[in-house]
Amino acid sequence: MSTQPKLRLRNVTKQFEIRGEKDKFTAVEDISIDVAAGKFLVLVGPSGCGKSTLLDLLGGLSSPTSGEILLDGVPVTGPGLDRGIVFQQYALLPWRTARKNIEFGLEAKGLPASERKQRAEHYLELVGLQAFADRYPHELSGGMKQRVAIARSLAFDPEVLLMDEPFAALDAQTRESLQDELLRIWQATGKTILFITHGIDEALYLGQRVAVLTSRPGRIKKIVDVDIDRSGEDVRSSSGFREQRHHIWSLLHDEVRRAQTEEVSHV
Amino acid sequence: MSSPPAVLDAEVIARPSEPEPAGGRRLRTFTWRLLRPVVVIALFLAVWETAPRIGLVDKVFLPPFSQVVRAWFTLLGNGQLWEHVSASLSRALAGFALAILVSIPLGAAIGWYRPVADFLNPILELFRNTAALALLPVFVLILGIGETSKVALVVYASAFPILLNTISGVRTVDPLLIKSARSLGLSPIRLFQKVVLPAAVPTIFTGLRMAAASSILVLIAAEMVGAKAGLGYLITASQLNFQIPNMYAGIVTIALVGVVFNGILVAIEGRLSGWRTTN
Repeated sequence: MSTQPKLRLRNVTKQFEIRGEKDKFTAVEDISIDVAAGKFLVLVGPSGCGKSTLLDLLGGLSSPTSGEILLDGVPVTGPGLDRGIVFQQYALLPWRTARKNIEFGLEAKGLPASERKQRAEHYLELVGLQAFADRYPHELSGGMKQRVAIARSLAFDPEVLLMDEPFAALDAQTRESLQDELLRIWQATGKTILFITHGIDEALYLGQRVAVLTSRPGRIKKIVDVDIDRSGEDVRSSSGFREQRHHIWSLLHDEVRRAQTEEVSHV
Repeated sequence: MSSPPAVLDAEVIARPSEPEPAGGRRLRTFTWRLLRPVVVIALFLAVWETAPRIGLVDKVFLPPFSQVVRAWFTLLGNGQLWEHVSASLSRALAGFALAILVSIPLGAAIGWYRPVADFLNPILELFRNTAALALLPVFVLILGIGETSKVALVVYASAFPILLNTISGVRTVDPLLIKSARSLGLSPIRLFQKVVLPAAVPTIFTGLRMAAASSILVLIAAEMVGAKAGLGYLITASQLNFQIPNMYAGIVTIALVGVVFNGILVAIEGRLSGWRTTN
């Protein structure tokens, strides 16, 4: 086992120019965090914590103003198939069936048709959607769409799976079952996952570690190691879960309040 | 206002109705859906047939539909109809095809490079709003009264709907799809081919259908002004020779050509964008 983390963010700062103003807007500031291979890290933060900025940086769609992002020790310089992104709004191509959507990333990878088909089949099975392989996205429920999106991102075998509030648009029941599904898939594939959310329960239920972010600019306030026994029934109601939930809630609550007062003072 | 019918409906539902096989009802709704458009057309034709006969309109200026049908079959029999239809169709299709070849790539390029689109937009708006027929004399002056000026006019008239719709189709692709494809590391060309173009297909087809309609419109008008064959020529020539049934036969043919043209485009569109929720 190497000691090198899978994903490392080193003092990552991103600033944007604001038109007509001299000051730059700092979206995220001095973020440093390591994710070891096969670990599940959740970032939780109030709105304005710079999560989209962070995701663009991780995806290689923009580059940090200072600091660097390392994947297996190599700096990220652009988008690539070593990272798979799952978006909140699924981002499925509406003119492709579930199967063809999964094959999309494989086409980008340049795999031959027969192998694409085989892999798509495998990942359809992994997310339990073989029966819906030839449906178009508009014929699928929100939960099914997100499963397809997850399968698509896993199919090209990325080093890291980046998930941007993937379950935020789903109803509560579907969300819970997809959370369980994700944990199962994570255990089955051994992927390194970085998951962004607003929800404390979700963060706690999924993550091995939860990083709480501040708002405006986004900084890391605290990283909490989650220690919950997930084997019992209704884990979310256990006393251990409640305690840790309250801990993260109070960390986050200060931030939410600060963000609100700032917003009011801006107006 | 709405409450009495609601009560009535409730009564109808509440009353134990005659046991009706579900298949029978389905068959009835199916036949009705099939018949409904036919009924309206038949009604219209019946009015056309009877109005001149009972003297509501002058028989000479609006002959009954049956007479027009007879004239139509005579024209079909002696080959005149085909001569005119093929003359018009070859002009329309040539112009339409040229417009597609020019407008779709051009529109895609303009739409993809936003600054180009913003830069060209005023001139495109200006040309688009210049009625093609107003330019007919210009085309005739420059290209003569032969085939070239007519085909050129069709190109002009159908190029703009296709161009503008292609531009807007390419510009309004869901940014998330582009972002997601970019995050996969797709090259700009592949991104265009695999994401932008398929996403723009429905909008482009709206443009194609608008273009088909306007290409026939300007062509007929151009043929009315100066041509020796074509449906527009058939109509004006028949009118001048006082062969009124023939004139109406030409008009009916134009309507049929338009409907068929549109139908073909709708069918192709259905095949290419069957993934849309509207189906």
